[in-house]
Amino acid sequence: MSRKAITGNGAVALALKQVEPDVMSAYPITPQTEIAQNYAQFVANGDVKTEYIAVESEHSAMSAAIGAAAAGARTITATSSQGFALMWEMLFIAASLRLPITMPVITRALSGPINIHCDHSDSMGGRDCGWIQLYGEDAQEGYDNAIQAFRIAEHMDVRLPVMTMIDGFIISGAIGPVQTLDDDKVKEFVGEYQAVNPLLDADNPVTVGPFDGLHGWYFEHKVSQNRAMENAMRVIEEVGAEYGKLTGRPYSHFTTHHLDDAEVALVAIGSAAGNAKTVVDGLREKGRKVGLLKVRTFRPFPAAQVAEALAGVQVVGVMDRSDSFGAQGGPLFTEIRSALYDAVPRPQVLNFIYGLGGRDIFPSDIEEAVSVCEQAAAGESVTQERHYLNLRED
Amino acid sequence: MQEVTEIRWHARGGQGAVTAAKMTAEVALSQDKYFQAFPEYGPERSGAPLVAFTRLSDEPIQVYSAVEHPDYVLVLDPTLLDVTDVTEGTPDGAVVIVNSEEPAAALAGRPEMSGRSVYTVPATRIALETIKRAIPNTPLIGALAKVSGLFPLEAVTDEVRASLSKKFGDEVVNANLEAVRRGYEEVSGE
Repeated sequence: MSRKAITGNGAVALALKQVEPDVMSAYPITPQTEIAQNYAQFVANGDVKTEYIAVESEHSAMSAAIGAAAAGARTITATSSQGFALMWEMLFIAASLRLPITMPVITRALSGPINIHCDHSDSMGGRDCGWIQLYGEDAQEGYDNAIQAFRIAEHMDVRLPVMTMIDGFIISGAIGPVQTLDDDKVKEFVGEYQAVNPLLDADNPVTVGPFDGLHGWYFEHKVSQNRAMENAMRVIEEVGAEYGKLTGRPYSHFTTHHLDDAEVALVAIGSAAGNAKTVVDGLREKGRKVGLLKVRTFRPFPAAQVAEALAGVQVVGVMDRSDSFGAQGGPLFTEIRSALYDAVPRPQVLNFIYGLGGRDIFPSDIEEAVSVCEQAAAGESVTQERHYLNLRED
Repeated sequence: MQEVTEIRWHARGGQGAVTAAKMTAEVALSQDKYFQAFPEYGPERSGAPLVAFTRLSDEPIQVYSAVEHPDYVLVLDPTLLDVTDVTEGTPDGAVVIVNSEEPAAALAGRPEMSGRSVYTVPATRIALETIKRAIPNTPLIGALAKVSGLFPLEAVTDEVRASLSKKFGDEVVNANLEAVRRGYEEVSGE
């Protein structure tokens, strides 16, 4: 193990290099990230034997990844923002073909107006495409999740693609301390790749992705995808515990901070959870009963466990870095509020939208969110409409 | 609350502010400290004003927003003083180190510098005389080490030697070491 000063992009690229998959496909220009660039350098320098396929678009990047994975290769790609959006059609196909592709996503805004900065519109927009989604707070978690993704995706009870997110620029471009494993430890942890029904096994020919119409098994196929997601709930925890034994950094679906006796709690995802943790620490010193739940696994969503963790909290403030226009709130909000429907007593759940297009989220903004939650807890009437943090209003 | 030292770098594109922020993080790594270094993200254009940040702490740093109230401000280009308020958000007693040929007292009289500790260092001249290029970042890191005491001069020179000797020969490495040392020695305050 060693400690490095490295960007989020660099940490994730290093994790991929240490795994050394068979194939990486990537679209090598904007809006790609340095992950694809760094990996191309590893290939060019002869550090890895990975076959690097430079394609002509992100749609093609995912298509090539699907082809390579179906052929029997351990396959990766990487994307961000508009690139993610262009992959859209093929994301569903990768998942429904049960191909264990892994993909780091540097979360960034979607146009328009044109904006390259951080928010979760890209990955949250893809929350229902059948991929497992793990969100990291910092470069360390980006590194750790990128490694664990292989074990989760390739588990025989799962066989689903996994995307691992870190926040664009805020984490991807910032240098921070990262504990890295030795190459052989990473390779040992992920193990040998086992292909299932690979196209290149000419002795056992299979058809991949055929028509499955009205009298076929499409419906049953979709149900099996959801069962795989249910299995993933268990596998993500098993892999996270095993990774913890190796590194001293165990992973679960979420982490909590001062939640046990909290009267109000924030729920956050990504780097803002770090800001929120610092705010909670400060408010605790002033005697305010505030806690935090940081979500890591968004798909499958650990609803029952989240509800249990938030039991007893009077007001929950859910922080969303993307919006779901015309819905009752942001994606994380609707998920959390739904998870708490059966809770007795049922906490009030408020939604705070922040950080769209890279708008900064300062500790003072988060303190404001806590204050609104505390007002609601004190019995004051607080709107169920969206609350916006650090919004310029006229 | 954790004690975090916050640094803001003001420069124009091409003057090496992002590299300086990064190098300071590498020095912190070698000192077993926690750190963060990041630019204010945007289109990078040579000559355009830009801002970068460094945070240092003995404990893990979990705030990722921009630095609002820096303890140290480093100005790599003195012409920025007339374009932007480099002291914006700084608390009383904050330290401002400017790459300038002028004595610190001449800059300390500026209204925005009131209540701040002002230092100057002729970093561009030092850079021209040592590395033969007008990139003032390494002398300023030397100046920061001297003024702040955040890390010893040797930590900076060790880091510069380690990072540059991977890519460059002795001549370039020694020139940069000299730039750091002179920055350390020639910075002066009110």
